[in-house]
Amino acid sequence: MLRVFWCILLRDLTLAMRRRTDVLTTLFFFVIVVSLFPLGVGTERKILQMLGPGVVWVAALLASMLALERLFAADYEDGTLEQMVLTAQPLSLLVLAKITAHWLLTGLPLVLIAPLVGMQYHLTSDAILVMMMALLIGTPVLSLIGAIGAALTLGLRGGGILLSLLILPLYIPVLVYGAGAVEVSSVDLADIRPYLTLLGAFLLVAVLFAPLASSAALKISLE
Amino acid sequence: MALNWFRFAAPASFYPIAGRLVPVFWVLTAVLLLVGLYWGFFETPDRLGGSNPQKEYYRIIFIHVPAAWMSMWLYVVMVGWAAIGLVFNTRLSFMMANAVAPTGAIFTFLALWTGSFWGRPSWGTYWDWDPRLTTELILFFMYIGYIALHSAIDDTRRADRAAALLAIVGLVMVPLIFWSINCPDPSQCAALHQRSNLTQIEGNILFAMLMVALAFWMYSFATTLMRLRSIILTREAENTWVRDLVSKGGRP
Amino acid sequence: MRFTTEDVRLPMLEVAGLECRRGDRLLFAGLDFTVSGGTLLHVRGANGSGKTTLLRALCGLFSPDSGEIRWNGASIRSLGEDYRRDLLYFGHSNGIKGDLTGIENLRVAATLDGDPVDESAIWSALARIGLAGFEDLPTRMLSQGQKKRVALARLLLSGAPFWVLDEPFTALDTAAVELLEELIAGHVAGGGLVVLTTHQEVGLTSGQVERLLLGS
Repeated sequence: MLRVFWCILLRDLTLAMRRRTDVLTTLFFFVIVVSLFPLGVGTERKILQMLGPGVVWVAALLASMLALERLFAADYEDGTLEQMVLTAQPLSLLVLAKITAHWLLTGLPLVLIAPLVGMQYHLTSDAILVMMMALLIGTPVLSLIGAIGAALTLGLRGGGILLSLLILPLYIPVLVYGAGAVEVSSVDLADIRPYLTLLGAFLLVAVLFAPLASSAALKISLE
Repeated sequence: MALNWFRFAAPASFYPIAGRLVPVFWVLTAVLLLVGLYWGFFETPDRLGGSNPQKEYYRIIFIHVPAAWMSMWLYVVMVGWAAIGLVFNTRLSFMMANAVAPTGAIFTFLALWTGSFWGRPSWGTYWDWDPRLTTELILFFMYIGYIALHSAIDDTRRADRAAALLAIVGLVMVPLIFWSINCPDPSQCAALHQRSNLTQIEGNILFAMLMVALAFWMYSFATTLMRLRSIILTREAENTWVRDLVSKGGRP
Repeated sequence: MRFTTEDVRLPMLEVAGLECRRGDRLLFAGLDFTVSGGTLLHVRGANGSGKTTLLRALCGLFSPDSGEIRWNGASIRSLGEDYRRDLLYFGHSNGIKGDLTGIENLRVAATLDGDPVDESAIWSALARIGLAGFEDLPTRMLSQGQKKRVALARLLLSGAPFWVLDEPFTALDTAAVELLEELIAGHVAGGGLVVLTTHQEVGLTSGQVERLLLGS
């Protein structure tokens, strides 16, 4: 079981390393979106500190959305997805491996670059730390939920737009508590615990159920 | 039971039954709506509430509340049919789910629209990020998502199943979304919308509201069945019974 | 080969009352047949008669509108992963990644099949299929026919008794066609079961060929 998980994970990471631009575009998209906001709303320190957490999270949502489209698309086009469905391995395990690889390539870089964008918004170092923690727990949830939508819209014309229409509303809980954690951290650092606990609970539930739903969706889409 | 229910699950036998039921539901809609609106306008108190009463404008709840109820109920109905379709692989259930969706979306829109009309005199704004109103907006997005996904897929079978799965995922997520909007701070929950309890509502108001809700149910039955009939015809266009029907001039 | 000596029973595939639709169009209905190990089932029919759909239904990729497919007496739906272990499907797309080399592709395929990865077996499979010297190239650098050969190397590595091959001969040169025919004949002679679609005749040294015509 674990051997198969590693095999797919390494396969996807190897593939991404041979096409590095795909990974970098997501990261730069995130940075650009975050950098555009101050130009739109003004660069006053107070406003930026207030908007920061929400803007960073919305940008993370959009970046994750953008990358999701490619989660299954390449494997669908060359028929390897079909072969995965036909192996004697549980499909949800393979899907979980693919989602993990996807998160390592598109979610984790966002977490690592968060200090940089946090400084753009004059966030305190505490707030930046909390933001990194919240992103670390929250972005895997985005990848997991988004995988269901990516599987449902597999191979459709205009699938990317449709994907955002279907999945963005489902991201709301992560957005609310992810941004909420950073906001309260400016008041009292002890208050962030329930937020992170809730995000952790979402992650746990998503790990259990999203791969099952995604593999069911893949089977429907491949018929 | 001597009745074979699966016989009615075949689109060919359901089509004429639906045709006979549609007028009945339209008549019931009209009667119940008239009773409900009459009661709502003439038999209920002029104002609502104690220290800060709402004046005549509160009567919009006779549309708003039943529409909001319907928007949620119809989503559950839609998911129910979709789930039955996925489990038992019956074509008619998918068609049913498909036929319910637009009516549900219309009621969701109606609830949002009337809600914002009511919000203007009551809250002083057309839109507020009230948890229930926001969740209603999300529910509207869910209906739109279902309809959009279904129409984006050419193959009807895949469209049916994919949209059904999406609806089920949505049903799981809606309470979570409502809860997260309602309690942005996990340690305390606040709500702008007043808490309501059915037993505390004045009898005449409740009666009018229930009548309109029933009328909306009948309306949903009527429109769903009408839509279902046209879906059946389109999808079964190649079958002989549809060809016979067309050659006979549409009379079943 | 593998199956007759160890298994007392030959693998058996039964199809009962199969009905498949594509969209709203009926492809075929009431399809019944039974084939067992040591047989090559050649599915024929005009374009659009449902050959690919039938093959995909046999794999469990497409759920038929009615009817049942049984493998060794049990429905393939209930067998699930146990059925897929016995199955090797070769579809229109090769199912190989262009950015991975032939060796890497086959290594992933072997792991997914649940077989222990035998490096020397993979190298010799690629050599036998005529790709010696190309093992370390990303497969997107190869020609159409060579890509197909990489995919066909899976036939050499897999121990599955049931092969489902959808148009396996297209894009192959004469030498590769001969090799593939040899592989199919060897599989059937060893008690394996092959279902394929193709527009050409396939010769067998032993075992029997059955034909199924769709869309008549």
